[in-house]
Amino acid sequence: MAALTTGFYAASKGGAGDPTATVAAAAGGDETDSGGKCSFRRKSPAPGSGGGVRWRSIAGTRPSVRNGQLLVSAGLPALDQLLGGGLAVGTLLLIEEDKYNIYSNLLFKYFLAEGIVCGHTLLLASAKEDPDDILQELPEPLHDDKYKKELDEVSSHKSQGELDISMKIAWRYQNLPKMEDGPGSSSRFGHYYDVSKRMSQEMIHSVKCHRFFLPEEITSLPNVESCALTHGYTKLLHSIQRIISEEGFNGSCPQKKQKNILRIGIQSLGSPLWGDDICCADTPEHLHSLTKFLYVLRGLLRMSLSTCIITVPSHLIQNKAITARIRNLSDTVVGLESFLGGEKEANSLYKDFHGLIHIHQIPRLNSLIGDVSDMKDLAFKLQRKVFTIEVHDSCWIHLCWIKISQKILSNILPIIYQQCLFRRTGEV
Amino acid sequence: MFPELNNLLNVSPEKPEQGTFTLLCNNKTDGSFLVHHFLSFYLKANCKVCFVALLQSFSHYNIVGQKLGVNLIAARDRGQLVFLEGLKSTVEILFGSEEQPNTLKFFRESDTDLKSLFELVHKALTPSGDGDAASWKFPVLLVDDLSVLLSLGVRAVAVLDFIQSCRATVCWQLKGNVVALVHDSDKTEDEENALLMNALGHQSSLILRAEGLLTGFCKDVHGQLKILWRGLQQPKAEQTRSLIYQYKIQDKNVTFFAKGLSPAVL
Repeated sequence: MAALTTGFYAASKGGAGDPTATVAAAAGGDETDSGGKCSFRRKSPAPGSGGGVRWRSIAGTRPSVRNGQLLVSAGLPALDQLLGGGLAVGTLLLIEEDKYNIYSNLLFKYFLAEGIVCGHTLLLASAKEDPDDILQELPEPLHDDKYKKELDEVSSHKSQGELDISMKIAWRYQNLPKMEDGPGSSSRFGHYYDVSKRMSQEMIHSVKCHRFFLPEEITSLPNVESCALTHGYTKLLHSIQRIISEEGFNGSCPQKKQKNILRIGIQSLGSPLWGDDICCADTPEHLHSLTKFLYVLRGLLRMSLSTCIITVPSHLIQNKAITARIRNLSDTVVGLESFLGGEKEANSLYKDFHGLIHIHQIPRLNSLIGDVSDMKDLAFKLQRKVFTIEVHDSCWIHLCWIKISQKILSNILPIIYQQCLFRRTGEV
Repeated sequence: MFPELNNLLNVSPEKPEQGTFTLLCNNKTDGSFLVHHFLSFYLKANCKVCFVALLQSFSHYNIVGQKLGVNLIAARDRGQLVFLEGLKSTVEILFGSEEQPNTLKFFRESDTDLKSLFELVHKALTPSGDGDAASWKFPVLLVDDLSVLLSLGVRAVAVLDFIQSCRATVCWQLKGNVVALVHDSDKTEDEENALLMNALGHQSSLILRAEGLLTGFCKDVHGQLKILWRGLQQPKAEQTRSLIYQYKIQDKNVTFFAKGLSPAVL
């Protein structure tokens, strides 16, 4: 399996190589079980690929069934399924916040928690909350007995002082049997979390986490060239670029070192706290600041082993043209619409749910078609412990319109209800 | 290259039209399949292609191109394809060294024109005269997509100037073709984009509009394609005629059928 290094050598030589493509090569070339639909094969092995590390040895990833891209979980298996199996490495997930940023913040935390459980490196950027505080509030993974056991072992290793960074991620899978090593083992991809509990301190500190807290960064005087970006955005881009190049996520040091995924989480981008005024005015001064930022970020992500989640308060953005442009520059776009304080809260159709989830955009990567799910009418609810996504039964509406007697209704409704309420996923 | 689309447009790689400006737009759906079609079409037609790819990476276009039967790496190596990768160039501008000249240097300044981009196109498509020119039929400029330029802070008027210069050079002087994709988002009050759309529609000789279905998502019909000839080269009787077809995108091909006649319905 030389595909990994093939891609990276090509990238470092100035050729074309982004992670989404190189994984397609990996799946098409060697993993016949997963790359059945992919016609793309990279035939020539890279020179000096002996030191290469296998793709599938990166924890918490799997190749896509459709086109062999490397996928990571968004931290919510139900959402992964809607997005075609997961988030492709090298792409950007845009979450359009609900009105009070309750549920979008939860998705944000799921994404980060999944990164910690999989041992990925994190970069957490925020202008409002201290990144360390966000980390403290991450939900605890369910079925945690096994994790705890492994964690204890790691901490005992740690005490001997033998552990370097690359070994820290080993705790996730060192005791797993070899059989589960292949792609598609569901135990490794996507986890469920208990929002009623917090993740333990040892687990949080088991991964490397970079922080970007805007009020801390902004104290220094602007010395980098702005490119008509606001100061905060420029700082953040430089800090992302520094981490990617220094820690080898762009394949700059392909030998020896264990490959890992960088998960970038950026909270409430575009809000006034970032120094952006698109939420304040219809014709803002920094009209192109956010779109420029997203374009450069897209470029950075495409060239590295990283994946990014961004929440944007799009209901605050005054100029709807900007919202459309932001969507075009993102890969996956998911909108959350909470019922809180809205008219729909009182609607009995939605009484079982807390809001609606809209999948606005699915990326088309390395193929003509995207992985579109058939279900479009989706609602979510936050139960005591877990966040679930279900199909909301719009066929109810028709039933209500048809004036049939209460007696008949009571007879047939339970049957229809059972058929309609095909519980999609996400429940434990 | 989708043979069915060639039949609808009445062209083939053996006898492509020359001197045309084709505008691709998409509304509420993804029209990138049209870009892939024209890229593979002109590469197969043995034309010299300059591809300004602002939205995706080279490998993306390459992998899809291989599904459609063209190899972009080979085409680039033999000099048939000149590829400008916008994402990569922009990252280089921001983090790379200062000295190297970059075609996307408008990114640095706030309100500038696209002169450097036009110079790249001009240099790439003008025959150099040392036997290289004879091997390619005619030059083609392909842009995916112009709306990204607006997001990067270029004004619509500057984009129009750029396209005007390209048409003058490529279409008239060199007897080649220009193909460009624009996002159409009529409901989102994007005035700059609407200005760009309308002005380009006025200049073009063929408009291909991919639209999402008004009735919403459907598994077997991915959208409809409006074909509008604007009678610059068509015979008089056929001036400004338009056709609507529905389409379904498959792994390596796109099938077109008349409205309401999807194989899944029949």
